[in-house]
Amino acid sequence: METVMPANEAAPPAMPHCRVIGAYLEEARSECLRYLRAPGFMLPVMLFPAMFYLLFGVLMAKSNGADAARYLLASYGVFGVMSPGLFGFGVSLALERDGGLLTFKRALPMPPGAYLLGKMLMAMVAAGVLILLLLAMALSLGHVALAPAQAGALLLTGMLGVLPFCALGMFVGTLIKGQGAPGMLNLIYLPMSFLSGLWMPLPMLPAFLQRIAPVWPSYHLDRLALAAVGMNEGPLRGHVLALIGFAAAFLLMAARRLRRYG
Amino acid sequence: MPHAHDPIARLDGAIKHYGRLTALAGADLQLHRGELLALLGPNGAGKTTAIGLLLGLLRADGGSVELFGQDPQRIEARRRIGVMLQNAALPPTLRVGELLRLTASYYPSPRTLQESAELGGVADLLRRPYAKLSGGQQRRVQFALALCGRPELLFLDEPTVGMDIEVRQRLWAAIRRLVAEGCAVLLTTHYLEEAEALADRVCVMSRGRMIHQGTVDELRARVALKRVRCLGTVPLEVVRGWPEVSEARRENERLHIGTAEAEAVVRRLLDADPQLRELEVQRAGLAEAFTELTRDAAGVAANDQREAA
Repeated sequence: METVMPANEAAPPAMPHCRVIGAYLEEARSECLRYLRAPGFMLPVMLFPAMFYLLFGVLMAKSNGADAARYLLASYGVFGVMSPGLFGFGVSLALERDGGLLTFKRALPMPPGAYLLGKMLMAMVAAGVLILLLLAMALSLGHVALAPAQAGALLLTGMLGVLPFCALGMFVGTLIKGQGAPGMLNLIYLPMSFLSGLWMPLPMLPAFLQRIAPVWPSYHLDRLALAAVGMNEGPLRGHVLALIGFAAAFLLMAARRLRRYG
Repeated sequence: MPHAHDPIARLDGAIKHYGRLTALAGADLQLHRGELLALLGPNGAGKTTAIGLLLGLLRADGGSVELFGQDPQRIEARRRIGVMLQNAALPPTLRVGELLRLTASYYPSPRTLQESAELGGVADLLRRPYAKLSGGQQRRVQFALALCGRPELLFLDEPTVGMDIEVRQRLWAAIRRLVAEGCAVLLTTHYLEEAEALADRVCVMSRGRMIHQGTVDELRARVALKRVRCLGTVPLEVVRGWPEVSEARRENERLHIGTAEAEAVVRRLLDADPQLRELEVQRAGLAEAFTELTRDAAGVAANDQREAA
C-alpha cells in the first residue's frame, strides 16, 4: 500500500465551513444571474404553460363555471411546473455537458452538489413565478374564489413539486448531449401531461389510460395540487411518497451517469 | 513518512479503454513540486486522457493515479490545483469579475480578485460579459480562473491556442512568474517552441505510452541529426551519394542537408566547392526530435502489427 498522506511537508490549507457554504451561495447566485440576464431561455419555458391556461382554463372554460376554472388552475399549474423542471434542468445540463462547462466544473474543487443546487433553486423560482402568474389570471380573469391558504398551498405544491421533474430532466440531460435534448424532453412532457389528466380530466380518458395514470409523477402532483385548491379530499401521503420516490430514483440514476461519463 | 520530493501528481501504469480503443496503455508520469512539465504528443496520443485521469474526470481501468498522494476525485486534492481546459464554454452572460469571484469561492485561500486579474492580464475586462470577449481574451480569462485559487499545481491544456504572438509571450511570462513562486505546471501543447521556452522537463507520448521523459536538451540529444545549410554549386545528386548524408534537398538555391556527422559532410562540401558561401550547422530542434521520436514509435507499432498478422 502506498502512502495516502499528502505528499508534501506543509499541510494544505483547510477549507473552513463558512467558505464551503459561501461556495454554494456563489454558485446559486451565478446560476440565477446568468438566466435573469438571458430571459430568452426561461421566459418561453414559463409563458408556454401560462398561455395554455389562459386559452383553455380561462377563455374556453367560461361556460363551465368557476369550478372548471379552479380544477384547471390546479392541472395547468402542474403542467406549468413540469416545464422549468424538465427543460430548465434537462436542456441546460445537456448544453453544458456538450459545451465542456460541466467537465470544467468537475475538475474544479466545486463542492459536490453546488451546481445542481443552483439549478434546482432556479427551477423553484421559475415554478413559483409561474404559479403566481396562473393565480393572478385565475383570480382576476377566471373569477376563481380561493382562500389565501389555498393559494399558498398551491404555490408551495408547485415550488416543491418541480423537484421530481428536475430529477427527471437531469436524467434525460445525462442521456442526451446538446441540441437533441429539447425534442426528447417534449416527447416526455406532452404525452405525460395528457396521460395524467392535465389537459382533460382523467374520467374523460379511456379506462385503460385511467388505470395506468399512477405510473406518471405528474398524476401524483396533480392530486396534490387539486387538494390544495380544495378539489381532492382523498389521502395525500401516498402521492407525496410516490413523488419523493420518483425524485430519488431519477436523481440516483442521473448522479451515477454523471459520475461515470460526465 | 511522505517527503517533500514525493511527486505531487503521478500516473503509475495507468490504463484506460474507451470501448475497444485503448487510450492509455500503461502510462507513467511523475510531476514534482515547483517544476514545469510539458506533455507532448500527436493527436490521439493520450494526452487528454492522462490529464482527465489526473483531474479525476475519468477513472482508470488499471494502474494507479494520485494527486497530492490522494485519489484525484477527492475534493481535498483538487482544492490545490488550478485548471485551464481546452474547450470550456463558460456562462456567456456572466461578467469576467463574476466568473473570477465564483471560481475563487471554491478555494480555501484564493488570491484577491484584483491580483488574479492582473496576473491573468484581464484587469481591464472585469466588467465585460464573457460572451463579448474575443477568443484570445476568453483564453486569458480562463487562465486567470486557473490561477485564482492560489494553486500548487496548475493544469494548462493547450493554453495559447488562438493567441497572437505578443499575447502568447505575455502569458508565458505569467506562467514563469507562477513557477518562480513555486507553483508546479503540467502543460500540454502543440507548439514545441512553447515547451522549449517554458519546460524544465518534457514528456513525449505516443499511442497511450510515455516514450520519452527528460529535459529539453536530453530530448534533442536523442536525435543525432544535425542540419547543414549552404549556398553552393555542388549538384544535389552528388550530395545524396555521400554515405554520411541521410537526406538532402535544395530550396531557393540553398542546400539543406540532414546528417549525423556534420563535420565529415562539411569537409566534403568545402572540398567539392571552394566557392561555398553562408555555411551553417545547426543541432536539430525540438520539432525534429519530436517528429523522429513519434515516427519511430509509430513504426515499431506498425511492425508489431505486421508480425502479428
